Amino acid sequence: MSKLSFEKSVAGASAFSLPRCDIPPEAVTVEIPQNFLREEDPLLPELSEVEVVRHFTELSGRAYGVDNGFYPLGSCTMKYNPKINEWAARLPGFANIHPLQPQDTVQGALQLMYELEEMLCEITGMDSFSLQPAAGAHGEMTGAMIIKAYHNSRQDYKRKKMIVPDSSHGTNPATANMLGFEIVQVKSDERGLVDLADLRSLVNDEIAGLMLTNPNTLGLFEEDIQQIAEIIHAAGGLLYYDGANANAIMGITRPGDMGFDICHLNLHKTFGTPHGGGGPGSGPVGVKSFLADFLPVPVIEKQGSKYILNYNRPLSIGKVHSFYGNFGVAVKAYTYIKALGKTGLKEACENAVLNANYLRTKLTDHYDIPYNRLCKHEFVASARKQKKESGVTALDVAKSLIDRGYHPPTIYFPLIVEEALMIEPTETETKERLDEFVEAMLAIDREARQSPDKIKAAPQQAVIRRVDEARAARRPVLKWSPEK
Amino acid sequence: MKVKADYYYSEEHEWVRVEGDLAYIGITDYAQHHLGNTVFVELPENESEFAAGEVIGVIESVKAVADMHTPVSGTVTAINEELEDSPELLNEDPYGHYIAVLKMTNPEELKALMNSEQYAAFCEQQEE
Repeated sequence: MSKLSFEKSVAGASAFSLPRCDIPPEAVTVEIPQNFLREEDPLLPELSEVEVVRHFTELSGRAYGVDNGFYPLGSCTMKYNPKINEWAARLPGFANIHPLQPQDTVQGALQLMYELEEMLCEITGMDSFSLQPAAGAHGEMTGAMIIKAYHNSRQDYKRKKMIVPDSSHGTNPATANMLGFEIVQVKSDERGLVDLADLRSLVNDEIAGLMLTNPNTLGLFEEDIQQIAEIIHAAGGLLYYDGANANAIMGITRPGDMGFDICHLNLHKTFGTPHGGGGPGSGPVGVKSFLADFLPVPVIEKQGSKYILNYNRPLSIGKVHSFYGNFGVAVKAYTYIKALGKTGLKEACENAVLNANYLRTKLTDHYDIPYNRLCKHEFVASARKQKKESGVTALDVAKSLIDRGYHPPTIYFPLIVEEALMIEPTETETKERLDEFVEAMLAIDREARQSPDKIKAAPQQAVIRRVDEARAARRPVLKWSPEK
Repeated sequence: MKVKADYYYSEEHEWVRVEGDLAYIGITDYAQHHLGNTVFVELPENESEFAAGEVIGVIESVKAVADMHTPVSGTVTAINEELEDSPELLNEDPYGHYIAVLKMTNPEELKALMNSEQYAAFCEQQEE
């Protein structure tokens, strides 16, 4: 392990040199009351400029991102983030504006947001969008708030239950629960799809709605989606589309046409903007026209040739983010959509599905694939055969992939598949890259039989070896203290 | 996979040990094995009442979060607070550490549960 910046600190070292202050100094107590001031100086590392640069350059080399290599993290859509998006977001007219500037002076930014909302409406079949939510789960929360506001506006206060499939993303029940809904789980049938008979038995006048991804977390398209929509709507509920897997349908079919009333999209998945550290995320929410009044404020409207922010929306659920959401991300997604165009988006989707099916077919003889048929953008393999034969688990396979230079797929999810390895290649990988990955997976399968201990000892090549995940969760050490 | 004689078992992989009208409730060896290393246990509140099949707690492992159901109806008379600091005890000795004790309101419900032999066969069937 290399040292923390605090441990490298040398008293008196400094990486800055400020010009002499040209205004008279004023005591800090003038602006800040004494009781808010700290008594000791904060403990901050003192390093020279070159040491700061070396420190962070070293750390950056340890990160693994899409720009380093293949990243088949199922459900996360780790596609390549085109660099032209970064160029667009850094244009001074977008990067150097302030959210409190008079609206007349930021017409270009408002136009971009307005047009992005229009494009997202066209892509999803929704009527209105809000760019405010900052990520997928935030979008789900916004959507669930709209569901609640809709039922309340009709004085239909009985609707306290939200249905989610047993294969759903954990964020679906978690967000619904946050808003006070009681969670009702609908089973998957032998096809891995929503069990219609079970769904029928669950609906009544207490159901607020159903949250669904389509394709689902097994990468399978919910073929009965029209019947599902009819069952929910007949019971007076609303249908929420979790857009986590929208990369599998983009340009081919639309949630709005399937009967969904509300949907979110993850711009950082489907529309090629960065995840995580390079993010932030963005999870715009779209609704059908009968729900438009409930969207967060402000909404962007076009009046003649001018764009304005309208706050006068009495039925709105209110703000869900400061200002207008993560604007820079909106610029990147706008650029992505404009660069690919209608045919490009469709082609991206088709290649994502093709790549997933290519990998699924190539791995079929070596890994168990519980729902093994034409999938969409991802599929779920299982290491249960390896576990039975040699004790090598999905976790061991994942760790061994690290040694072979890959980011592991999602493991142990969805919960309905034992020893799950959820693999999503995305459209931006070449056949050659996919073939290399298949080779690595087959090599792990061979080695599991020949010398399972080697797989169980992986990773050997990574800076940090096998982590004790249980201890990290049970007794996390989250703070560095100088005395240690 | 260990199974204890004289315990009752549910299809959700919970065990019940009966002492008079008290039911000690925990998770089975099969359950802990499939959950993996437990990292967090959420216990019910003392004196709370539950019907059979209701969720009385949550067990979180490195792999998953699972609801813990009570196989019998009753009122909670004791909870195993030791698990809050040492959730790993459920992995080390699942039959030796109960999660909660319920004063049963309907001991007839025990008849619907499996005995150790039936449960062992049930687990084997699940593995296929």
